[in-house]
Amino acid sequence: MELDLPEGRDLMVLDVLELLKARDPSIAYRRSCREGVCGSDGINMNGRNGLACITPVSEAAPRGKLTLRPLPGLPVVRDLVVDMSQFYRQYEKITPWLVNDKPPPAQERLQSQEDREKLNGLYECILCACCSTACPSFWWNPDKFVGPAGLLQAYRFLADSRDTATAERLAALEDPFSVFRCRGIMNCVSVCPKNLNPTRAIGKIRTMLLSQGI
Amino acid sequence: MSRLPTMEFDGVIVGGGGAGMRAALQLAQSGLKTAVLSKVFPTRSHTVSAQGGIAAAIGSEDPDDDWRWHMYDTVKGSDYIGDQDAIEYMCSVGPEAVYELEHMGMPFTRTERGRIYQRPFGGHSKSFGKGGQASRACAAEDRTGHALLHTLYQNNLKAGTTFLNEWFAVDLVVNQDGAVCGLVALEIESGQVVFVKSKATVFATGGAGRIYATTTNALMNTGDGIGMALRAGVPVQDIEMWQFHPTGIHQAGVLVTEGCRGEGGYLVNKDGERFMERYAPTAKDLAGRDVVARSMIQEIMDGRGAGPDSDHVLLKLDHLGEETILKRLPGITELSRTFAHVNPAREPIPVVPTCHYMMGGIPTNVQGQALSRGTDGNDTVVSGLYAIGEVACVSVHGANRLGANSLLDLVVFGRAAGIHIEEAMRQGISHRDPADDDVNSATARLARWNESADGESVAVLKRELQRIMLVNFNVFRSGEHMRRSIGELAELRERIARAHLPDKSRVFNTARLEALELDNLLEVAEATAIVAEARTESRGAHARDDYTERDDDNWLCHSLYFSSGKRVAKRAVNFAPQTVEAFQPMARTY
Repeated sequence: MELDLPEGRDLMVLDVLELLKARDPSIAYRRSCREGVCGSDGINMNGRNGLACITPVSEAAPRGKLTLRPLPGLPVVRDLVVDMSQFYRQYEKITPWLVNDKPPPAQERLQSQEDREKLNGLYECILCACCSTACPSFWWNPDKFVGPAGLLQAYRFLADSRDTATAERLAALEDPFSVFRCRGIMNCVSVCPKNLNPTRAIGKIRTMLLSQGI
Repeated sequence: MSRLPTMEFDGVIVGGGGAGMRAALQLAQSGLKTAVLSKVFPTRSHTVSAQGGIAAAIGSEDPDDDWRWHMYDTVKGSDYIGDQDAIEYMCSVGPEAVYELEHMGMPFTRTERGRIYQRPFGGHSKSFGKGGQASRACAAEDRTGHALLHTLYQNNLKAGTTFLNEWFAVDLVVNQDGAVCGLVALEIESGQVVFVKSKATVFATGGAGRIYATTTNALMNTGDGIGMALRAGVPVQDIEMWQFHPTGIHQAGVLVTEGCRGEGGYLVNKDGERFMERYAPTAKDLAGRDVVARSMIQEIMDGRGAGPDSDHVLLKLDHLGEETILKRLPGITELSRTFAHVNPAREPIPVVPTCHYMMGGIPTNVQGQALSRGTDGNDTVVSGLYAIGEVACVSVHGANRLGANSLLDLVVFGRAAGIHIEEAMRQGISHRDPADDDVNSATARLARWNESADGESVAVLKRELQRIMLVNFNVFRSGEHMRRSIGELAELRERIARAHLPDKSRVFNTARLEALELDNLLEVAEATAIVAEARTESRGAHARDDYTERDDDNWLCHSLYFSSGKRVAKRAVNFAPQTVEAFQPMARTY
């Protein structure tokens, strides 16, 4: 479809989608917060995964031609909407909640600033799936390889000083696929719209697994 | 019409934001068959956008902090039409509700002593307004809503809550006794329409900021709960009260947190003057949001706005230093770069008051039960229906919500409704099943859109509605403009009733969803317009140029709106807290 963009404003790709949808209401995509925090509108723009709402058209399509595709590797439901169940299943697999076997105190559990800092770069994940669907290892083994998003969250709980299930968490990840299918390609890092680094988190999990084996 | 497929639960929660998931957690942990039905995957709910904090007197920054001070601030902030029993409950239970979130794993920022970090927020004071600024907003950097929402989702996974993700609620099913028996919903991916039957139906559907052309709200905040309630004959309360957040990014509408001012940022006009010192000499930039928003508009109207069109003011943060900004406000640094093309460590952010929060909603008691009015004029409980969070009006925010009180509202009343339903289930709930006709009538508007053959487009009508509301129901309102808008909205209702859904496909048909959302936007907009025109005074967020003063003789009360006959009524404000003396209305200065 051809679209003349309004002068003087650098639209986001989501704005373009909204203009197109006003013209053809049958176009389907997910969107909500339109500010890059809800993670609904992960799509592939001119070959690169990202969030439509915070990607300027000038950046996605410097030469004026914008090709939009659904996130690669997941079954397509309609237009830009993919079936994300496989992605969510991998997230659920890593026990994505804090485990603490001691009864909670009357107030909050204390945590030092240094310990809290270890969660930065991990807890901010918005589950948009840009990383996992850019990962060839995930394309190949989406049922067995947890993928960068799931592993980033696995490490978020391993790194939390309040969590007491380190041994169980590592035991659940030590098979040849869950973690070790990561080949360090780093597509996840280059596409993450929140500038997070799953590869580094995966490296830390590997180190924990290996040092535990010694 | 043939019978719809039916699913059955003890409790169905409509909406997967903070309130819905807190209620669901309570129910699922007690072994009840619980479902969260949400039109988006739960972590995409709008709670995720909350930035600055969750208010509670946990005494981390100030060991002397007292929930009664928090209660005073909230009552004063509400411009005295918040219900004092509900505010008392929220502020006193608040610390416990925050500790629970921490125990669930929420990654709060920490103090040097390892406790939860608290920052100053607007309208929060010490010693009943006499002790200066309080630091009461418990924060996870400036991503508190994200941290809270993901933590609640994670704990619901742990508790085994059933999630009906990407299901759209169409309408309530109400039986001949007036009891709510569940709802008709549409599974978005398959297009299948289902009767979701439940003993307790909990609305946690959030706000409706999308009635305005510019808003900090997500695109999905279309007031679905309000629309469904009004169509089922349930009234809404204080729906004229819309909060305009002082710092929406100019043009984009994206929010930057009040925490910016809490951390020491301030607003300046085009001359670089810190103008809030003139309007609120004590609290300055941390006065109530309604006060700050009006002051900003006044500056702009007086010709002191910034930019080529003099249509905004500037939020200055650069004096805080890059380190503080990156450490305490990393999220807004990202947003400012993306949407305003400025680095807040060097340049000010262009901001303008932007529609942010719906103080009104479905009236409820402290347990979250939806209320209507009997023929004798007394409150009656709507059997089987609960409302919590932004869609509810319990009322803790009155005419103006304090910053960081919305996240508290979500978890406190989500929890309270959950506890009440648990107890009710233990005692045994039974009400008559709905007749097939009751179920079918909840599918009426779906059928209307599906059968439409021609007419105007949803996009055009939505734009028209949003324009009317933005122009006429903004920070300042005039009687004449409001009266004209009421006529325009009535006309719009006719046009929407004849509008066209061209795409009738089943699978992931978002055009159908937007049509169904437009029905809801219209209900909210029309209710807002009619009640705003009826409230002939200025109070909290409702500021009229023809009635510029607060009128306690006539309007120290809630408004109630019934869609049948477009009727407005008054309802008494609760001035009977249980453990403290009530706070009596005073002139509200900051």
